[in-house]
Amino acid sequence: MSEAPVSIAPDVFWIGALDPQLRVFDVILRTANGTTYNAYCVRGETGVAVIDTVKAEYADTFFERLEQVARYDEITVIVLNHLEPDHTGALPELMRRAPRARLYISVKAQTMLKGLLKSEDLAYTPVDTGDTVNLGGRTLTFLNTPFLHWPDTQCTYLNEEALLFSGDVFGCHFCDGRLFNDRVGDFRFSFEYYYQHIMRPFREHVRAGLDLIEPLRLDLIAPAHGPILRDAPRSYVQRYRQLAAPLLHNEASDRAKTLVIFYISSYGNTARMAQAVRDGAEEIDGVRASLYDLQGGEVTPFVDLIEEADGIVFGSPTINGDAVKPIWDLLSSLAVVSVKDKLGAAFGSYGWTGEAVSMLEDRLRGLKLRVPVTGVRVKLIPTEEELDQCRLFGRQLGKHLTGRNARRVIDMSELFKEPHHAQG
Amino acid sequence: MPKANVTFEDIGVTVTVPAGTRLIEISEKVGAGITYGCREGECATCMMKIVSGMENMSERSVLEDKVLQENMASRKHRLACQAQVLGGEVVVRPG
Ligand code: FES
Ligand SMILES: [Fe+2]
Ligand SMILES: [Fe+2]
Repeated sequence: MSEAPVSIAPDVFWIGALDPQLRVFDVILRTANGTTYNAYCVRGETGVAVIDTVKAEYADTFFERLEQVARYDEITVIVLNHLEPDHTGALPELMRRAPRARLYISVKAQTMLKGLLKSEDLAYTPVDTGDTVNLGGRTLTFLNTPFLHWPDTQCTYLNEEALLFSGDVFGCHFCDGRLFNDRVGDFRFSFEYYYQHIMRPFREHVRAGLDLIEPLRLDLIAPAHGPILRDAPRSYVQRYRQLAAPLLHNEASDRAKTLVIFYISSYGNTARMAQAVRDGAEEIDGVRASLYDLQGGEVTPFVDLIEEADGIVFGSPTINGDAVKPIWDLLSSLAVVSVKDKLGAAFGSYGWTGEAVSMLEDRLRGLKLRVPVTGVRVKLIPTEEELDQCRLFGRQLGKHLTGRNARRVIDMSELFKEPHHAQG
Repeated sequence: MPKANVTFEDIGVTVTVPAGTRLIEISEKVGAGITYGCREGECATCMMKIVSGMENMSERSVLEDKVLQENMASRKHRLACQAQVLGGEVVVRPG
């Protein structure tokens, strides 16, 4: 394969690397046709910019391509849109070879950069939305787009060419040496898959990023992986907008808070508790509570429901000292959506020991939900009184959702007691 | 032992704590919405707003000050994994 740079616009070159053999990226992400690490070089009258680099193993290819379009002593600017190793693998060597170059990174990338290069003494400029750097007749403008998909991520816009270097945004794992979206094979599946796995957990941030990108004129989008989008570039922006919107119209009024309750029940005890929790929550004005038996559905649509919900409650019996597998399966699938700051809670019946509830509560906290109401645990068959406690629990959850929870004052020592049974 | 009161505004809970307690020791247990990453004062995930009572908080350490500045935090922000409550009344919220 020839290691030639590819011109993508006047004096703008692709200097990346192809990795056709890659099948699994970052442990969790699969690709059926490898990926590319896209790096770019922009030549101005007074300076040259390198935008991103490649994974370390591909550094040689990257330098070979770079050397055909610029001398190292011409390089004045290195832009890092994202500090993940697949884009910064050749950075230390590039900095050695191009000593004149100054790094341009997002404000949030600073600590990460120092960690990456194991040095405090670095020539870099932190930049924010609207900041620019001049290359002589060519201007790079930065757009701060945090959490797409790391805290440090930014996009860089070449004003004169209406060209957006978008980093991982609008990228995908798809390797085709023909590079341009109108020439490569069908990569639509890869584009969607990449969004679902990489960007979806940051839906709010995707919307904020699109607010910055949409007003720009866009003749070309040059992402950090996969095809360069020159045919109908804006259609990919529109697709992101669609993907970041709620999946279905919500019939509940805008003001209603939604609480989704998932349960599994072996003898019907946890199911009866779940009913009572729902009934309690529904007593609170402005709460729409829904009940789902996990045995009656599949994980994916439940994940969609959770993404839209304001609160999530899990009811599980304790079996062999643990919550049951379908609940853990659902919880482990939540990595692809944002659940941060939602209300979380757990409850359940048990025969011998009842640790499922506190295990689930800990996990919910780990997922960054707030878990302000301690769950109800009931031994075996719930009595009328215990069902009342479940209803009270539901009401408390409803009040927390709607911001009408009573203020409480507690002593720190209470937080470290054994999880208690139904609280008053 | 001297005590302090910390109110987590997002969930409406006030916790009485011994002076010197770090917010990270209680915020998750009580169910408040402050979230953590590194837990060591490096990532700024746990940035929170001190709604009132900043005078009752420990001084920023060099590390905390640096990380807050790098994340363009206002004077009202602190890292929940670092900041200690020294006494009196403090009201905090995520953010
Ligand atoms: S959790 Fe990382 S700075 Fe506090
Ligand atoms: Fe990445
Ligand atoms: Fe990447």
